[in-house]
Amino acid sequence: MTVDRELVVTTSPHIRSDISVNRVMIDVLVALAPATAAGIYFFGFRSAVVLAVAVISAVVTEAAIQRVAKWEVAVGDYSACVTGLLLGMNLPPGVPLWIVAIGSAFAIAIAKLAFGGLGKNIFNPALAGRVMLLAAWPVAMTKGWLKPEWWRQADFSFWSWNVADRFGISVDVISSATPLVKGGAQADAFTLMDLFIGRVGGCIGETSALALLIGAAYLIYRRHIYWQLPACFVATVGVLVWFFGGTGGYFTGNFLMHIFAGGLILGAFFMATDMVTSPMTIRGQIIMGIGCGLLTFLVRLKGGPPEGVSYSILIMNALTPLIDRYTVPRRFGEGVA
Amino acid sequence: MRELVDFSTLMTIAIGAIFINNFVLSRFLGICPFVGVSKSVESSVGMGMAVIFVMTLAGVATYYVNKVLALSGIEFLQTLSFILVIAALVQFVEMFLQKFNPALYSALGIYLPLITTNCAVLGVSLLNIKEGYNIIEVIVFSLCAAVGFALALVIMAGIRERLEITDVPRSMEGAPIAFIVAGILSLAFMGFSGMKF
Repeated sequence: MTVDRELVVTTSPHIRSDISVNRVMIDVLVALAPATAAGIYFFGFRSAVVLAVAVISAVVTEAAIQRVAKWEVAVGDYSACVTGLLLGMNLPPGVPLWIVAIGSAFAIAIAKLAFGGLGKNIFNPALAGRVMLLAAWPVAMTKGWLKPEWWRQADFSFWSWNVADRFGISVDVISSATPLVKGGAQADAFTLMDLFIGRVGGCIGETSALALLIGAAYLIYRRHIYWQLPACFVATVGVLVWFFGGTGGYFTGNFLMHIFAGGLILGAFFMATDMVTSPMTIRGQIIMGIGCGLLTFLVRLKGGPPEGVSYSILIMNALTPLIDRYTVPRRFGEGVA
Repeated sequence: MRELVDFSTLMTIAIGAIFINNFVLSRFLGICPFVGVSKSVESSVGMGMAVIFVMTLAGVATYYVNKVLALSGIEFLQTLSFILVIAALVQFVEMFLQKFNPALYSALGIYLPLITTNCAVLGVSLLNIKEGYNIIEVIVFSLCAAVGFALALVIMAGIRERLEITDVPRSMEGAPIAFIVAGILSLAFMGFSGMKF
């Protein structure tokens, strides 16, 4: 009866690569490193504190819940670190730290572990956390933008006794606004180069398109994400803004500004492409990219909130099961429908 | 007196009813069918169709009922008479369909009587009156409110079908996770708030 033992009967997948959750998450962390560094450079020590609080809160929440629920404690796979870091990068650098901690805990506990943990969540946990914070503390979440490189101003010294100054907590003095700001407030003057490098106000991780694109290139090179989804996302926003976004009729919209400003690059490459919450097939991912782009455009140009990337990705996350349902690839040998 | 058909107003009403003030995700009306009939995409589509049908009909019917009430100055009977009219209407439609269009009748199935006493249907009737819509606007608003409801229902059903095959923690299975999903969906739909055309 030794033959039986050589026949292993399992469900698919049968071909496994040597890739592991661990490895993917480390790659994502590596890919986020340039943008993280850029964020800390532009917005000072304070943003490093925000990121640290976000990551620690996420990891502690995950470990605590898994221990209490007597599941396997899986913080070692770094997925909680990635969620925490992404959430932190989506927050204004001057946001109160307790809000950061609550957002991270919500992202892990409600948007991830309530669904059963990694790989079972419907919504991107970091975005769910951010959107919850935006709904709960709209003022705190839309204040606290710091002026980029504020620590370079003449009278600043890192070694001062004034802790508040050093951490950038006295944000009123050095506040700024994002280029997408709506209503009465005016954004500081900026050039396209400032936008691309990241020398504008905004969330910690979203401002530097350059650093984000370097990280994204690494993820695409490692084949953790495919370029089609982010490309469709960015292109849809760009084309729609170019068509309808201008003040002097059609085809006058400032599409480069809209592509590099706000969270579009961060969202398109790092959040929308989350392999758990995006469609499985390339065709489905293209649909999701276009949908995200359309919704982002609508919110930015017609909607109330200044930025629509997180809302649009969450809505397309919700549509992902339906997209998957209608983009099932044709099986080999099956007739063309 | 404003125009009977004003397309920009109608557009605003339509977008408002489907996305901005989505009946389920923003006004929290019709939560019971939203949680109860969202277990499979097929049944949610059936339910969605039934709601679109009944809501539009009920919106128009109650609009005229309200006119009659207004004539006699007894608008305080609105809620009572609306419930009665909607229930009678749906029963009548059901009998009519059973006789003359059995295919549609069996397609709508159990969902038709199920939504008779739904708060979303009553809600749309009362909102029509409250907003002071004319008859064209009533039709557009009722239809789009129902489309928004159907949209939320189908999205929810898609998600719940996926959740069926993942092992959601036992304490979260069924209604609890459905409410969490609904909550996050509702947060996501806040992105539409304040949208103007």
